[in-house]
Amino acid sequence: MDTVFLIAAALKIGVFIGITMSFVSVCVIFERRFSAIIQDRVGPNRTMVPLSILGFKKDLALPIGGLTQPVADGLKFILKEDFTPSYVRKFFFWIAPALVVVPALLTMAVIPFGSPLELDGHYIPMAVADLNVGPLFIFAIASLSVYGITLAGWASNSKYPFFGGVRSCAQMISYEIALGLSIIPVLMMFGTLNLGHIVEYQTHHGWLLLPLWGEGLELQRWILLIPMAIAFVIFTTSIFAETNRMPFDLPECETELVGGYHTEYSSMKFALFFMGEYAAMVVGSALIVTLFFGGWSLGFGIDQMLPMGEWWVSLLHIAVFLAKVTFFILFFILVRWTVPRFRYDQLMNLGWIVFFEAALINVFLAALVIARPSIGTGGFLGGLALLFVVTILLIKIAKSAADKPSHSTI
Amino acid sequence: MDQFLFYLFGFLALGGGLLLVGFRNPVSSALSMVVSFIGLAGLFIGLNAYFVGIVQILVYAGAIMVLFIFIIMLLDLNNEKPFQFRSATILGGLAIPLLFAIQVLGVIQKGPAEHSEKFPLITEETLQQAADGFALKSDGELLPASEQTAIYRSLAHQDSPKLPDTNLIGETIFKHYNMPLQIMGVLLLVATVGVVVLSKRSSKNANKQN
Repeated sequence: MDTVFLIAAALKIGVFIGITMSFVSVCVIFERRFSAIIQDRVGPNRTMVPLSILGFKKDLALPIGGLTQPVADGLKFILKEDFTPSYVRKFFFWIAPALVVVPALLTMAVIPFGSPLELDGHYIPMAVADLNVGPLFIFAIASLSVYGITLAGWASNSKYPFFGGVRSCAQMISYEIALGLSIIPVLMMFGTLNLGHIVEYQTHHGWLLLPLWGEGLELQRWILLIPMAIAFVIFTTSIFAETNRMPFDLPECETELVGGYHTEYSSMKFALFFMGEYAAMVVGSALIVTLFFGGWSLGFGIDQMLPMGEWWVSLLHIAVFLAKVTFFILFFILVRWTVPRFRYDQLMNLGWIVFFEAALINVFLAALVIARPSIGTGGFLGGLALLFVVTILLIKIAKSAADKPSHSTI
Repeated sequence: MDQFLFYLFGFLALGGGLLLVGFRNPVSSALSMVVSFIGLAGLFIGLNAYFVGIVQILVYAGAIMVLFIFIIMLLDLNNEKPFQFRSATILGGLAIPLLFAIQVLGVIQKGPAEHSEKFPLITEETLQQAADGFALKSDGELLPASEQTAIYRSLAHQDSPKLPDTNLIGETIFKHYNMPLQIMGVLLLVATVGVVVLSKRSSKNANKQN
């Protein structure tokens, strides 16, 4: 059993990190082509094999459009000069890009990519580490990537990168709170922190936001949809802020900070920041899919008809999972090219005044709905009225706080 | 394998702690403290305490140390001046570690010998025994399947019984120590409000001086 476990773990680490990395490059081509479509351009559509540098007359055009563009981008990054300015703090300057990429890839470990595979009577979960603290593990490791960005800004020893680093530090800490609070209702409903069990529950009883089969058809689940939808909105928006994606990309906003925390970086070191951002985006999409949209499950009761544990079923489930993740990555890209950037005080107000309070109230709302069968309709309505009054009061306080002029420094 | 990981994370925790004291640059010191915390988290996870280990990273390495580094960078602290030895500081520096060493010795002496009956290692049998304790009602009857708790199901799982440490901590805190928890929450709230009041007052004074 031990050797089987070790071999399976090594294989899974290789395959899943490989999948994540190839998804990062797929993200790049998606981002460029999709943004081109949105802006009515063509985008990169004709990468060629550069035979002319070998002495041939013409470059070889491959008939697959711009799909090889990521290869060209990668080559460009590797072949560029790796320039380290003389005034930087060398050690931190070198270690910062790695501190961004490594946490983003580590978080992949707990995400279940497909249904468990049966081998010799043992079920092998299709996640590298089938931990009982899945979402917490992701939050903990993802919170370490703040160091990379902050240190990059500080180690560059120059004004704009420093602003970028400080901004990102404040932003990520603020939105981590909303992120953690927003999924408490979800975890209360599932009653477990194991992502594998969460997905399994959703295959039998309906996806969290699409309860159309199994126990999902009960009235209780449909009332629960209200707090779950609020949790989904807060969670998704906070993921945007955590990955420094567009409406919240103030740490690297070009119009104010040149390039933000990676202004002084070039070549492969810059590419590592780039990869870290996209890897975080892939993990974020995977987490959204796992928690709210059934992970690897096909849904609509089809999974129960399939022979679980067969290798082709696992493969099919992995394909379904990746398709869902791709959908969310496209959503991330769509938002980046449609929503304009926030101002910094708006960002902080949204995080601390709107999302924090909304997530907190949402926890109580979900608790009320979950307790509804045991406290009866009277108690439920009474609690709802109380919660409503508290909410109104909170909104009043928040408004009076927001109206006062504040001195923002950064 | 377990031994190797224990020594690896133990080395990380100790090495990080030593470097924290050794470095002159405040940012390097803070970062080696992060390394030390990660080593500690690894040791907790080695003891099957996943929740404590993860919270160690989430709270200490991920939030508190980030704030430390944030402050150090904003204030732009320079390297510390070379240390001047004084007899009082040396005495203090010797006395405090000595106290801790005595404490550690006491704990080791009171601790269980290997494989003692009171503190058995976590195996499938001991997990099953623990599960039996959770399966019974107060009058000694077995619970029906619908009322079995998540703790029981996790402890008595046929294929791979696991220690449901998160559920156990939740059970202990929210059932047995609910009142102290609430009081601690209020204490933290008081501290937060106090910080806000203090910072508001000092900024008002600064405005007056201007």
